[in-house]
Amino acid sequence: MSSELFTLTYGALVTQLCKDYENDEDVNKQLDKMGYNIGVRLIEDFLARSNVGRCHDFRETADVIAKVAFKMYLGITPSITNWSPAGDEFSLILENNPLVDFVELPDNHSSLIYSNLLCGVLRGALEMVQMAVEAKFVQDTLKGDGVTEIRMRFIRRIEDNLPAGEE
Amino acid sequence: MADPALFEFLHTEMVAELWAQDPDPGPGGQKTSLLVLEGMGFRVGQALGERLPRETLTFREELDILKFLCKDLWVAVFHKQMDSLRTNHQVQAPLRLPGTLLCPQGTYVLQDNSFPLLVRMASGLQYLEEAPKFLAFTCGLLRGTLSTLGVKSLVTASVAALPACKFQVVIQKL
Repeated sequence: MSSELFTLTYGALVTQLCKDYENDEDVNKQLDKMGYNIGVRLIEDFLARSNVGRCHDFRETADVIAKVAFKMYLGITPSITNWSPAGDEFSLILENNPLVDFVELPDNHSSLIYSNLLCGVLRGALEMVQMAVEAKFVQDTLKGDGVTEIRMRFIRRIEDNLPAGEE
Repeated sequence: MADPALFEFLHTEMVAELWAQDPDPGPGGQKTSLLVLEGMGFRVGQALGERLPRETLTFREELDILKFLCKDLWVAVFHKQMDSLRTNHQVQAPLRLPGTLLCPQGTYVLQDNSFPLLVRMASGLQYLEEAPKFLAFTCGLLRGTLSTLGVKSLVTASVAALPACKFQVVIQKL
C-alpha cells in the first residue's frame, strides 16, 4: 500500500506542476530540483540503514545504487549495462518503473520526463558523498520504449572546500 | 513496494516547494498553498479509497466508516492506527429559518499522538506555526477517501503540541 501512496502522490505532484508551469521543460527542471533536494537528505537515511561502506570506484557505486538503494527504496533492482571504456558512464535499465504504474502521458506533454525526480535524487545523493554526476533518462517506457534507461555519468570528485582562513 | 520513507521525503519537499513558489507570503497566499496541498491529498485519497480492500466490509453506520479511516486507512498510509476517535454529534435545529446556523451533525475528532509527518520536525511548541502546512495534504487525503466511500465532508486539522495532532471531520449532509 505504501508503494501506491508514493506513486499516487508523485502523480498528483506531476499533475500539479504541469498546471503551474507552462511548458514541459520547466516541469522537468522543477522535478530535477525537487529530486535534488530530496537526494541530499535521502543519502543520510540510506547510509544509516544500509551500512554500506565507502565506494572505491564508480563501478562499486553503480552496484550500490542498483542492488542496494533502488532495492531498498523502490523494491526493484535495475541492471547495470553499457559501461563506457573509461569506466565513467553506465546505464541503469529498469524493466519496470514503479513510478509509472497507472500513468499515461497525454499527447500534449511529449517532452515531459515524468520520472525526472529520480535523476535529481541520484545527483543530490551522490553529491553528498563527494561525487558530481549527471543522470538522465535516455529511454522511457512511457514514451513507447521497451525499457526505461537512466544514463549515469561521472563528472568529477568533489573535494571538501575548507572555509577561507582555515588550513 | 516503495519504502515509506520515500513518501515522507516527497511530502516534505512538496510542502517546501509550494511554499517557496508563493509570491504572496501573507495570509492570502498561504491559503492558496494550503488549498493546493489539500487538493493533491484529496486526489490521492480518492484513488486510495478505490484501492483499499473493502469488499468484505459493510458500513452499517457512519461510525463504521470513521473507524475504517482510523484503522485500515491510517495503517495502510502511516503504518499505525489513529490513537483516538471521538464523536461530537449535535442536535440539528428543528426550524431552518434564513440566517440560522445549522449545528453540524456527524462531527468526529481523530487524534494521532505521534503523527509521522510531524515526528521528524520537533516536539513541543517549536515549529507550531509550520505545522498546518504539514497537515493540509493529509486533510485532503481523509476527505478524498471519504468521498470515494460516498461521504461528503470537511476536514481540518489542529496541533496543540507536536507531534500530536487532531483531525476534525465534519460530515456534510446532502
